Amino acid sequence: MLKILVAIKRVIDPYVKIRVKPDGTGVDTQQVKMVINPFDEIAIEEALRLKEKGKANEVVIVSIGDNTCQETLRAGLALGADRAIHIATEQRTILTPLNIAKILKKIVEKEQPDLCILGKQSIDGDNNQTGQMLAGLLNIGQGTFISSLEILDDKSIKINREVDGGTETLQLSLPAVITTDLRLNQPRYATLPNIMKAKQKPLEAIALDTLNLTLQSSLTVLKTEAPVIREGGEMVESVADLVDKLRNKEKVL
Amino acid sequence: MSHSNNPHVLIIAEHDNQHLNNSTRHVLAAAALLSNNITLFVAGYHCDSVAQEAAKTSGVTHVLLADKSYYEHHLPENLANCVVSLLNTQKFQFVLAPSTTFGKNVLPRIAALCDTEQLSDICQIIKQPDDETIAFIRPIYAGNALETIISHSPIQVMTIRTSAFPISAVVHQEAVSIETLESCTDLGLSQFIHIEATESKRPDLTQAKIVVSGGRGFQSAEKFKLIETLADTLNAAIGASRAAVDAGFAPNDYQVGQTGKIVAPNLYIALGISGAIQHLAGMKDSRVIVAINKDAEAPIFKIATYGLVGDLFNIIPELIAELNK
Repeated sequence: MLKILVAIKRVIDPYVKIRVKPDGTGVDTQQVKMVINPFDEIAIEEALRLKEKGKANEVVIVSIGDNTCQETLRAGLALGADRAIHIATEQRTILTPLNIAKILKKIVEKEQPDLCILGKQSIDGDNNQTGQMLAGLLNIGQGTFISSLEILDDKSIKINREVDGGTETLQLSLPAVITTDLRLNQPRYATLPNIMKAKQKPLEAIALDTLNLTLQSSLTVLKTEAPVIREGGEMVESVADLVDKLRNKEKVL
Repeated sequence: MSHSNNPHVLIIAEHDNQHLNNSTRHVLAAAALLSNNITLFVAGYHCDSVAQEAAKTSGVTHVLLADKSYYEHHLPENLANCVVSLLNTQKFQFVLAPSTTFGKNVLPRIAALCDTEQLSDICQIIKQPDDETIAFIRPIYAGNALETIISHSPIQVMTIRTSAFPISAVVHQEAVSIETLESCTDLGLSQFIHIEATESKRPDLTQAKIVVSGGRGFQSAEKFKLIETLADTLNAAIGASRAAVDAGFAPNDYQVGQTGKIVAPNLYIALGISGAIQHLAGMKDSRVIVAINKDAEAPIFKIATYGLVGDLFNIIPELIAELNK
């Protein structure tokens, strides 16, 4: 039976149109709908399915950030996770993927999970780094962008990875870190009774300062700006008209 | 971070043990903006031909070769281990890899083991006015915002968005030296079982000059096949929106968008794709975009160079006929 740790991030709802602050200091996250990062939801779902199949006995979720993360963790508990850990911090600016991986490493050392499941990327920073970094820092195996997972025994798993040229199958020794791709599963919705039950589930808050980590960042963001919007919008009336434009004006055929 | 005017750049080559992947050439194009002191690192098995090819590729000044059975499938644990021991013995200011599933898989592990941050998916490199500092631009939020970043790290690690650094025809040079690296060990943390490669006679999606892409408008996997004849007529690669992939119309490696492939062909034809921001993130840098959709209000029309409102199933055969004229 496996113990599973799932790391989740609070992000702006991917269906909300973001607003870049006019002063170039970032993206406005005030008064915007926040959700669990979609890939992390897939990670929770996979952990829950393993528990339901009798392959795992505990699903612990962890999130790092200010107090609003607790709402995100409650949403994860409502989906079915057993307990939650909140690493409380006010210093959002230093939470680069490397620093997140260093924090998660501390939690892994404390919790000793057999398997860590993370989303392959968060849809805000689009970095696609944290899982790989965590596996590296722990010096354990990694399986990224997975589309299927099979538990072979308490010591090994088999995964399919979505790679550019097709699908790759690997076997990993446990403990290991895996990151989810879109086709791994279709996450469930929280039911009302489970949302109520989630309020009673354990949620432990740990202050980042108590983890004895020195976190720095070598990166300076000079500015954040909106991209130049592509001007389009010319409508053509017929296929012949279109092909003529592509052939004679654009010369792309 | 200021650099000497000619910093040492290490590129982790992507290859299949026989040939360099074109993604590596795109990274070389980006690296050329940083320096003309560029080492290509080739790790694989029985991959001497790759090292030879690398040595003759214009822009490369040195080739490092690690040829061992445990590098054959580019398992990230072994590959990172080898690169990190290299970085401990030789000085490099930049470590680059393509922002493909290969580079995205291994490079963050290397960065973490070097205790440095990674910059992902760099799409622009800008020398600052002082000519010493270099700033990098990368997209966030599916390309709806762009960050300009400088790194102060002595080793700057980054993945390169291949579509943002075009390559011209392959240029050869007199072969530079190839140095064989002392071997590391097989960490044995993961094991390759097999790969199911998507067989296709069509051009590679990320390299094709023309891409035809289908969305939910195709209604079924059966009808999605209509796109194949059009792709063959145009010698185009086939792409798909996430909606079409999720619905099972097309395999995952067809996916164009924020979490799929990023493409920038000369011509991108979007068929039955409404234009969710996650999809636009993957194709909006195409030179000419054609949108064909029966919904005149579809957001894709706002960014398309040419839009045509109509039923796909009528338009596709008509388009094929017109192209064959």
